[in-house]
Amino acid sequence: MSAADTIDDVEAALVEHAADGIDFDGLVVEPANGGYRWETPGEQLTVSEDLLRERAGDPYATNWYYWEHVVEGHDTPRRAFLRWLEGADDIDVPERYDELRGGHTSSWGELAVTAVLSEGGQRRYEVRHEDDLGEDVDAYTDPLEARHLVKHDDEGRYRPLSTAPSLPHGWAFVDLDGSDLVQTVDYVYPATVSNWHREREGELDVDHWSEVAGRQSGIYSIVEQLDDEALEWAAEACCVDSQCVKRREWDKSEDEELDVPRGDGEFPCREPCSLFIAAARKFTTLEREDTREYTFELTPAEKEQLEDIVDAVADGRVDEIREADVNEGANRYRARFLRAKRMDEHGLSGTPTYPEDHE
Amino acid sequence: MQALVIVGHGSHLNPGSSDPAFTHADTIRASGAFDEVREAFWKEEPSFREVLRTLESEEVFVVPLFISEGYFTEQVIPRELRLNEWDPEDWDSDGTDADHVTVQAKDVDKTVHYCGPVGTHDSMSDVIVERAKSITDDPDVGEGFGLAVVGHGTERNENSAKAIHYHADRIHDTGRFEEVKAVFMDEDPEVDDVTEFFDAEDIVVVPLFVADGFHTQEDIPEDMGLTDDYRTGYDVPTEVDGHRIWYSGAVGTEPLVADVILERADDAGADLADAIERVRQQIESDSATSAGD
Ligand code: SF4
Repeated sequence: MSAADTIDDVEAALVEHAADGIDFDGLVVEPANGGYRWETPGEQLTVSEDLLRERAGDPYATNWYYWEHVVEGHDTPRRAFLRWLEGADDIDVPERYDELRGGHTSSWGELAVTAVLSEGGQRRYEVRHEDDLGEDVDAYTDPLEARHLVKHDDEGRYRPLSTAPSLPHGWAFVDLDGSDLVQTVDYVYPATVSNWHREREGELDVDHWSEVAGRQSGIYSIVEQLDDEALEWAAEACCVDSQCVKRREWDKSEDEELDVPRGDGEFPCREPCSLFIAAARKFTTLEREDTREYTFELTPAEKEQLEDIVDAVADGRVDEIREADVNEGANRYRARFLRAKRMDEHGLSGTPTYPEDHE
Repeated sequence: MQALVIVGHGSHLNPGSSDPAFTHADTIRASGAFDEVREAFWKEEPSFREVLRTLESEEVFVVPLFISEGYFTEQVIPRELRLNEWDPEDWDSDGTDADHVTVQAKDVDKTVHYCGPVGTHDSMSDVIVERAKSITDDPDVGEGFGLAVVGHGTERNENSAKAIHYHADRIHDTGRFEEVKAVFMDEDPEVDDVTEFFDAEDIVVVPLFVADGFHTQEDIPEDMGLTDDYRTGYDVPTEVDGHRIWYSGAVGTEPLVADVILERADDAGADLADAIERVRQQIESDSATSAGD
C-alpha cells in the first residue's frame, strides 16, 4: 500500500470515528462547536471537517490508525509485544517516530527485533540473531521458514530446546508486518510472547516442581523421588542463563525457593519443560545409587586433568580445544595419553566398578 | 475465529520426528480453512501445556497426530492441555472409534474440540492404500499383491494393535488386495517373518507410524531382511525368500494424512467449507506432478 493510500484510509477513519470521540496515545478528537476538538500534548484547537481531513498525515493520527485499525487485537499478547517493541506506553508519539525512522531494536533472547517506521505511519519489522545486526545475511519473509532454520545450531546439531542459547546465525526475516513478526518470534521461541504478556498482566500461572513432578505418569512418574539437593543441581545443570534464555520462575514449590539463580531472561519459564523432566528422570535413577569408596593412583596433574575434562564437557568447550594445545587438560592427545596410562579393561587405574563381580 | 492444533509426539533426539506435523499443517494452512494452524508437541515446543495460549481464536480443534487411542490420547494430551472436564468415557470408544468431545481448557477462555487421533479415523485406511499406490508407482495396485500393515505392538498401550487390525480388516474387506495381514514389531505375528504369511509374490509393507525414525528406517528393514545394515539402504522392491517386498516407510508422511486431520476437525464441527475437497485435489495434483518427475 502506498503512502497516499494509507493516508486516505487514515483520513476516512478519522472522519468516521471522530463523531464517537478518539482518545489514544495522547490524541483526543471529539465533536465540538459544529466541528471537532483536536488535542495533542503540543496543541489544542477546534477544526472543521476539512481541516480534520488535512490532519490525516499527522503522526498522532497515523499512530492511532496503525494501532486501532491495523494491529487491533486489544488485550492480545501480539499487540502488547508490538507496543513494547517501540516503548509505546512510555514514549510520546513524535519522539517514538523519530526513533522508529532509523529503526528501533529490542532484544528477545538471542533475537534482535527491529521496528521501522514505514509509509503513512505503518510499521515494518525485522528479526535476526543479535550477533547478525548489520551483517549481510540470507533474507526470509515467510515466518513458517523459521521452524526449519532454528532446528539446528551453527554446527548442524539438533536443538531440542528452542530457548537454548545456541540459535544459529546467518538469516534475517525482513519486511514483516506485526502478525508475521509475532508468528516468527513464536516459531523461534514458542509461547514466550504469551507467557511474557501474562507475567506483565500479573497473571503468569507458574507450576512449581512439586506439582509438575506429581502430575507425571508412565516412565516419568519416578521424578517425584528426586531429592531437594539434586533438584538444585538439576536446575543448575539445565536452567541457568548459559543453558537457557528463559528466566526460571518455578521453584520447588510456592514457598520453597531454589537457590540457583533464575537468570536474567526477558521472558519467563513457567514450569519445568519436557527436556528438564527427561533429564530429571535420568538424574533420579542415577541418584538411587549409593556411593562407594574406590582407591585410585593419580598424579596431581592427572587429578586436575580429570577436572578439566569435566569442565570442558559441562561448559560445551570441547570443540574449541585446539588439536595441538597440549596445555589443555581436555585436549584429545592429553586425554588419550591418560587413557593409555591409567585405564584398562577394568577402567580407571585398573579398579573394577563392581569389584564383587571380579572376586 | 477458529484454530487447528495438530498435536504430535516430537523428539529430543530425532529432528525429523516433527516433520510430518509441520508438512500437514502447511497443507492445511494453504487451504485457508482455519484462521490459525499450530503444531504442538510432547517433546518439542510449543508444548501441549502452552500451545492454547499462543492462539487468538476462541474455538480450537485439537487433532492428535497419533496412531492409536490410549495412553497419549486419553491421559497425556488431555492432562497437559488442562482439559479438566475430559473423561475418556466421553469418547465412548472401544479403542478404534473415538470421535470428538467439546470441553473447556482451564488456562484459557476458549472452547476446545478434542478429536480422536488420525490413526483410528476410517479414512486412514485410504491413506494406507494411497501409500501402497505411491510406493509401487501403480494407481491400480492390488491384484496379485499382498498388503502387510505393520504396528509397534503391545507396549503399554493395548489399543495400539487394535488400530492396526482395524485398518487391515477394512482394507481386506474392500477386496482390493489378494491378502491383507496385520503384523507387529514386538508381538506375533512378527514382521520378521512377513514372507511366511503371504502366498502372493509381491507384498507391500506399510508401517502405521506417524514419522520415520529408528523403528521404520532401521529396525523394520533389518528385521524383514531387506538389508543387513540400514545404513547401506535397500531397494524397492527387494527380493526376500522368493517374495518381492515393497517397503513404504511411515504412512504418516503420506500427504493424504492432511486430509484425515481435516476429516477429524470436520467431524467435530469445524467450518471448513470446501477445504477437504480442495486439499484432496491439491494433493492429487502434487502427486501427479511428482510422478512426472
Ligand atoms: S525448565 Fe525452563 S528454564 Fe529450565 S531448561 Fe527448561 S525451559 Fe529452560
